[in-house]
Amino acid sequence: MSDVTPDKTLDCTGLMCPMPVVKTKKALKELEVGQVLEMVATDPGSIPDMEAWARQTGHELLESEEGDGKYRFLIKKTH
Amino acid sequence: MAEDTKKLALISARGTLDWAYPPFILGSAAASMDWEVGIFFTFYGLPLLKKDLKAKVSPLGNPAMPMKMPFGPEGFQNINWPIPNIITSNVPFFEDMATSLMKKTFKNKNVATVEELRDMCVELDVKMIACQMTMDVFGFTKEEFIDECEIGGAAAFLSYAADANITLFI
Repeated sequence: MSDVTPDKTLDCTGLMCPMPVVKTKKALKELEVGQVLEMVATDPGSIPDMEAWARQTGHELLESEEGDGKYRFLIKKTH
Repeated sequence: MAEDTKKLALISARGTLDWAYPPFILGSAAASMDWEVGIFFTFYGLPLLKKDLKAKVSPLGNPAMPMKMPFGPEGFQNINWPIPNIITSNVPFFEDMATSLMKKTFKNKNVATVEELRDMCVELDVKMIACQMTMDVFGFTKEEFIDECEIGGAAAFLSYAADANITLFI
């Protein structure tokens, strides 16, 4: 757990590929550069997908953690 | 935006429900990664551009397709029902039944519908090109298709794909 406070939270629990990345992309549009989005998913594929997504988009994946069958990501909008 | 924008070019040539998913899933995922995406719809992929999407799936000639029941206890749902071709080809409306079972299974697992994924592609500016030749052959008109699609031919697609990073025929 980091002490970063997300500016917005996106609930993707229950959603399957590719919706978590699609919704993350859309949610990030609403944020300013430097702000942080928290995304919560239950799709186990979201871990490699979010890592790949961050590599491709250049946005920063600050955190990726698993617990209680949920996956929580903190993404910083970099551009 | 990452410095080097990548480009994905897809050809969608099959319009059954099972084959409708891959181009829209890959297209929306790639567009979500800020890639430029174009899908060329040709032959049986063309009906996927219709305003009123009616993709069906057939177990006939599709031997690897699992036949699962979307209701009942988990053990029952996991059974793969062996349906002989004589039934899949002769029982009236078997295709409709298989289609509704598959749609229900997808819904139970929270997979987005083909329509939803197509809407996402539209929203994310995925370029959709309808094959002019196939339209002429099968008698489709531009009015039947979603407004966001454009019309083109082989040369138009090749020119689009010429500098793509990934090109797939689906």
